[in-house]
Amino acid sequence: MKFSNFIYKFFFEGNFFPILTIVTVIGIFWYLIALPMNAEKVERKFKDLNTTEKIIKSWNLEKPKLPTPHQIVKEIVNTVFYKKITSKRSLVYHGWITLEATLAGFFLGTALGILLALGIVHNKAMDLSVMPWVIASQTVPILAIAPMIIVVMNSVGITGLLPKAIISMYLSFFPVVVGMVKGLRSPDQMQIDQMKTWSASSNQLLWKLRFPSSVPYLFASLKVGIAASLVGAIVGELPSGAIAGLGARMLAGTYYGQTIMIWSALFTAAFLAASLVITINIVQNFTLKKMAIIT
Amino acid sequence: MISVKDVDLIFETNDGPVQALRNVSLEVEKGDFVSFIGPSGCGKTTLLRAIAALEIPTKGNLTVNGKSPDSARIDREYGYVFQAAGLYPWRTVEGNIKLPLEIMGYSKTEIKERIQKVIELVELKGFEKKFPWQLSGGMQQRASIARALAFDANILLMDEPFGALDEIVRDRLNSELLDLWRQTKKTICFVTHSIPEAVFLSTKIVVMSPRPGRITDTIQSTLPLKRDLNIRDSQDFIKIAQRVREGLKSGHQDEVL
Repeated sequence: MKFSNFIYKFFFEGNFFPILTIVTVIGIFWYLIALPMNAEKVERKFKDLNTTEKIIKSWNLEKPKLPTPHQIVKEIVNTVFYKKITSKRSLVYHGWITLEATLAGFFLGTALGILLALGIVHNKAMDLSVMPWVIASQTVPILAIAPMIIVVMNSVGITGLLPKAIISMYLSFFPVVVGMVKGLRSPDQMQIDQMKTWSASSNQLLWKLRFPSSVPYLFASLKVGIAASLVGAIVGELPSGAIAGLGARMLAGTYYGQTIMIWSALFTAAFLAASLVITINIVQNFTLKKMAIIT
Repeated sequence: MISVKDVDLIFETNDGPVQALRNVSLEVEKGDFVSFIGPSGCGKTTLLRAIAALEIPTKGNLTVNGKSPDSARIDREYGYVFQAAGLYPWRTVEGNIKLPLEIMGYSKTEIKERIQKVIELVELKGFEKKFPWQLSGGMQQRASIARALAFDANILLMDEPFGALDEIVRDRLNSELLDLWRQTKKTICFVTHSIPEAVFLSTKIVVMSPRPGRITDTIQSTLPLKRDLNIRDSQDFIKIAQRVREGLKSGHQDEVL
């Protein structure tokens, strides 16, 4: 009874059908647009085909301009399930390399963001000076900075995970700073006055009022931050001549015209990002429920 | 207990200075229940906040327990109840009452005892583990009062604590507050804009007027210390209420002139 209830809710009360509808529409659009995009190649490679054969060929080319969803899914299944995960051809292997850097950068960025926010809230000089620099840092294109970070760090002998994590951090600290400053300042004047009437120290004010008040803001920032971290890690793999990671996979794909490879790496990255955000969402719901902030 | 002498308080605002208090003088004796009553803008809350050292007088002399208000605040000589209950949503009733005790560094066993005691005092037994959103407005305000009573302050400052509650709940909380005051022998300063509330509760009523905020009348209540809600129909009660009303009116006329 309970299970069937769950199934019913999943299909008819959740967002299952709305999402399915959108995916179907995108899918149809995709197959349609693949026809003109791959037509030229089909014309060049094959002669004397009727229309049906042309359509089928343009959806199944080896190196199409636009690979079709079933080709990408086939490639992903192939490289995820039918390759050893230690193999350089396995997407799990490449995904893990990127995920490692993403998580390292995410933790660094979150820590840096919280520290900066604490500084901004507690120190008048930092309040007046830091924010413009934080905002300026995000207006510089990451593609311009990433190679410099990689090159500079390589020159002092730091390679591999850390330079990529630094780029991730560079992108992910920003939402955390903005969210945490807002969160730490969210207690109203009355709550702060109340603390004052108990002659609370600024440490007590922070730990007992400001920090718990900021938790919902922190989670909102973390969701943006982790997605930005993943982007940072992938961008960090592009200019470094890295041979492993989703970014390296995309780059290799462009070198060899392997569009299917690019798209499968792209899809894997999207899947990773979604899983990370969902994970944070679950932790958030658990924490806020535990804190009785949501019911 | 609390001594206010010739206090002026001027706020600097963007539209120029605003005189919130002018020439305010007042003595509150130990065990008094003093109400500040007046229309909004008369400085009653500002006066209470000045006593609590949340505002600093521009001129004049203000002492609490013989100290400057700020030393009294640092020594935790008073408990302050705000207009909104201001309970932390992530703490239970118990956790909220515990908050000032944690801050003041009471021992675990002492915290437990004190919570027990004040929860009984404000009649919230059985609701210790409830979160604020599970309580009615009246119960939230009771928890907030319990929180201010939990530590050893012999002064209780209350800023329209029942202002947001309906009249039925307010009557009930008023008589409970009187009982509490008699039991705990605290000195209470109470801000309100309700004449019956002020007359019913107080041993001394301070009538205030706006622009600039000042005291127009100070009335020593002739009502007996032990009173219940029926006293509101007595001759004495009506007489005092009349005098309060006149005090409010005269302040208003000054303003027109």
